[in-house]
Amino acid sequence: MDTIPDTTNYMIAGYAIAFATMAIYVVSIFIRSRNLDQDLSTLKDLDEEAAKKE
Amino acid sequence: MKSKPTTLAALDIVSIIVLGISTYLALVFAPTEAVMGQVQRVFYFHIGTAWVGLLGFILAAVTGVIYLVTKDLKWDRVEVAAVEVSLIFFFITIVLGSVWARPAWNTWWTWDPRLTTAAVTELIYVAYFMLRQGIEDPERRARFGAVYTLLGGISAPITFMVIRMFRTIHPVVIGNQSAEAQGGFSMTADMRVAFFFALFAFTVIFIDLFWRRIRLADLQEKVEQLRLKVTI
Repeated sequence: MDTIPDTTNYMIAGYAIAFATMAIYVVSIFIRSRNLDQDLSTLKDLDEEAAKKE
Repeated sequence: MKSKPTTLAALDIVSIIVLGISTYLALVFAPTEAVMGQVQRVFYFHIGTAWVGLLGFILAAVTGVIYLVTKDLKWDRVEVAAVEVSLIFFFITIVLGSVWARPAWNTWWTWDPRLTTAAVTELIYVAYFMLRQGIEDPERRARFGAVYTLLGGISAPITFMVIRMFRTIHPVVIGNQSAEAQGGFSMTADMRVAFFFALFAFTVIFIDLFWRRIRLADLQEKVEQLRLKVTI
């Protein structure tokens, strides 16, 4: 009877890459969103200060 | 930016749950394939990510057409979101295929028609972002993006159909495959459950990430508008 080849390491590598790629992308969306929120907050402050001076 | 909508928060949770279930079905529930062994289990994520990847490229082409008709920059942002998310998923498809090919075909890569068209498709959309960065004017950039994704979108159906049209070693799981195909298998009932659930799971995850990416683009636009106002 033929034995099933041991390809477990390839399977683990495949799933590790898939999850790592998705995780990196989710983190990148989170970081970009957080940075833009900070930029928006700073710009709003500057806009309010400019409005007060006028 | 508006606070996170409840629907999006719910979709985040659903995405995590369906990803967990899909992983369980692929790694535990589905039986081990007799010829290739455990590595065949990457097939479920390979197909799931390919499905949403190609779907997103077609979606980008459709939104490109909508932009050309309406001239509303909102559709350019939707198009960019579709391309970016699809690019990530299609990258996973190609990597998983390569990992599977090593034990199945005894090589990481071969210039087979399917692998070639998949690589070309991925590179077309990598170039999309590089070329967009070179255009300053937002309307010109959006017009370029719309035409580019419309033409680039042709690569998605070609990539899907190529294994059904040409002699190739890439197996076709559903439908008739080429006589040269290596590594094909017949799905059992349990394998079909894992397969169709993976398609569903990745569709949900795609919608979630796509929505988030559109919100990110909207926020970016808001920051740019305010920056212009403050500078002036």
